[in-house]
Amino acid sequence: MPDQSPPTRFAAAARPESLLINMGPSHPAMHGTIRIMLELDGERILNSEVEVGYLHRGFEKTCEARTWFNLLIYTDRLNYVSPLINNLGYAMTMEKMLGLAVPERAQVIRALMSEVSRVSDHLTCLAAMAMECGAFTAFLYTMKAREFLWDVIEQTSGARMTTSYIRIGGVRADLHPDYAAHVAKALVETRKVLKDVHGLLDKNKIFLNRTRDVAVMSQEDAIAYGWTGPCLRSTGVRYDVRKAQPYLVYDRVAFDVPLGERGDNFDRYMVRMLEMEQSLRIIEQCVALLPKAAPGLMADGMPPAEAISEARRQKSGRPIRLSPNLEGSEKAVYKDILAADGGAVIPPKEETYTSIEGLITHFKFFMKGHGIRPPKGEVYFAVEGGNGELGFYIVSDGSDRPYRLHLRGPCFHIVSALESLIKGRLIADVIPTFGSMNMIGGELDR
Amino acid sequence: MPGNFITTSFEAMLGWGRKYSLFHYPFITACCGMEYMSAACAHFDIDRFGAGWTRFSPRQADLILVVGTVTQKLAPVLRTVYDQMAEPKWVIAVGACAVSGGIYDNYAVVQGIDQIIPVDIFVPGCPPRPEMILEGLLALQGKIQKEGHDWRWKKKKTS
Amino acid sequence: MEEEKDVLSSLRAAYPGDVLEAGAPFGDETIVIRPAALPAIMAALRQSPYEFTMLLDLTVVDYPDRPERFEVVYHLLSIPRNRRIRIKLSVPESAPVVASLTGLWKNAEWLEREAFDMFGVRFEGHPYLRRIFMYDGFEGHPLRKDYGLRHRQPRIPLRK
Repeated sequence: MPDQSPPTRFAAAARPESLLINMGPSHPAMHGTIRIMLELDGERILNSEVEVGYLHRGFEKTCEARTWFNLLIYTDRLNYVSPLINNLGYAMTMEKMLGLAVPERAQVIRALMSEVSRVSDHLTCLAAMAMECGAFTAFLYTMKAREFLWDVIEQTSGARMTTSYIRIGGVRADLHPDYAAHVAKALVETRKVLKDVHGLLDKNKIFLNRTRDVAVMSQEDAIAYGWTGPCLRSTGVRYDVRKAQPYLVYDRVAFDVPLGERGDNFDRYMVRMLEMEQSLRIIEQCVALLPKAAPGLMADGMPPAEAISEARRQKSGRPIRLSPNLEGSEKAVYKDILAADGGAVIPPKEETYTSIEGLITHFKFFMKGHGIRPPKGEVYFAVEGGNGELGFYIVSDGSDRPYRLHLRGPCFHIVSALESLIKGRLIADVIPTFGSMNMIGGELDR
Repeated sequence: MPGNFITTSFEAMLGWGRKYSLFHYPFITACCGMEYMSAACAHFDIDRFGAGWTRFSPRQADLILVVGTVTQKLAPVLRTVYDQMAEPKWVIAVGACAVSGGIYDNYAVVQGIDQIIPVDIFVPGCPPRPEMILEGLLALQGKIQKEGHDWRWKKKKTS
Repeated sequence: MEEEKDVLSSLRAAYPGDVLEAGAPFGDETIVIRPAALPAIMAALRQSPYEFTMLLDLTVVDYPDRPERFEVVYHLLSIPRNRRIRIKLSVPESAPVVASLTGLWKNAEWLEREAFDMFGVRFEGHPYLRRIFMYDGFEGHPLRKDYGLRHRQPRIPLRK
């Protein structure tokens, strides 16, 4: 690629006799968005430079031009493997600012959904890591399990990935009536796959050789680099936002925080594997918590066509079931899934369609200069994302859109350590090291 | 005319052969890549449509799937990759960002990869479901089948 | 809550002229300091008794109307004490220079490069202050308020 840029630090320091090679950005193991320039002596890496920013999509600038409600869709696309956790992080930061209290049922649903997302995130990371090491079978198995998990999400939210399901003040809709059966199926399938993957990789000589004691991170360095999440825990530091500052219902469910010992690639793999089992435990407990939290509605109510024909004869008192897209977002379930503050949540569709006041409320919610109006000030809130502490720093000037919105992407800090981890290693070690970090472009480059 | 009969039959056969033996190069950058992974794996199985062989070198690929956002920083890379592919080559733009820039109408994102390379099939969606990606592949196969192929001797005649 | 006040008040006591403001809006402990005091205060916060061993985040907020235009915001995390703190300081547009923290935290290198790339704030003592997200040849700093949202600078000539 012709580049007229001034020489980088890496190029300036390279010895004339060593071989310089370029990995990425269009390299299968670089996930399309990272470029690593390597200085090699034979197969040994003397020096390297990591170039990021190939997926810099201007998230923060774009959000400054969107209203508080509308920018939710951009958060979906940050860590696109676990979009629901990003929604959650943004929604909870806004709730902290607005002082909203979220109904209990919504909290349980949020916890359930974020754990489903976390499992799919870890599965994707391990799938990519295993595939890049040549373990294609493990890749196919984990992808299959992910489909079952996404079925759970799709059934309730209507979308597989970019759901925008978790909203400021609660969730968009109640769970699908059949969710329990789908969750149970996904749990069974995922457990089966985890068992298979354990069998395929744990004692696999090739996999062990490429991961055991490769790219070892010490505890001090991990903290100095700002590592969080599974990567930090693989070095043995016990820090999990869900345990340290419990949010949602994480203080009411039992789960362990798996820790690694050595901080090498294998530990990062193993911590993720064990964490998925804990997440599955949390999902089970959330399903058990749900009926206690509030009665699920949804089952009764009549289809719209029937309701219209009945309304011609007499005024119907029975609730109307809305179109499939709006399933579970009827007014009757609002008190269970959305906060009581009318100014921060979308008014129910029944009111919008049937009364002029409802229509005005709806218009005012979406009108320029109206809608959600948080107080002036700045707030930081973090949730445990797939990669670690996913923090939102939001500055509000009291208007209908953020003055500044900044994401603390855990990936950014993890990838910043890549140069030091691969220094002195073999060129083949780049692949599992990079794979075990779970680099997600949307979150790293924003 | 016997000559026409032979060339058209041969063209149809060549189109048939080409459309079912696409080696594709996934130029994956962003979110849509997750759906591409689903489409390529066992659950949806792109292999059923004759495009199972993923080639990670553009020199060996007939089809480039541009999956995800292409930023201004990445634009020269995409151009280089496309230029490295041998003729005949086809391009599918997968996802709203590749098609038009999608929701990212800002300083960093190229507003549609057709500003960089010619595109055969646009697959909309943010992200498109795996079924949509397969649908786009089928549409491309239809296009390849109908395409007039440039014959060596035809080229010689005209020149 | 008792202990939370301690960090802020002990910092005030230790750096009387340097800590300009201290408070906890929305429950986030925040101190505003003079830019010159940054290295000393950060080095102290990293040590016992505060033990803010992790630099969580570094970002900049642009206030074009203020005399000191750029507000640099640091977030620190203490894992043993399980608490976060926010440190803010302001620098004017004429001299947007802040001391680099690369000696204290390793991820500061990339974080400061990002702040430089997006806002043009320079970090004194940074070993390699170069654009990180945008490319060489890109003019301006996109997250500044006076940079247009759709002001594109293509790297290669585009078709059409």
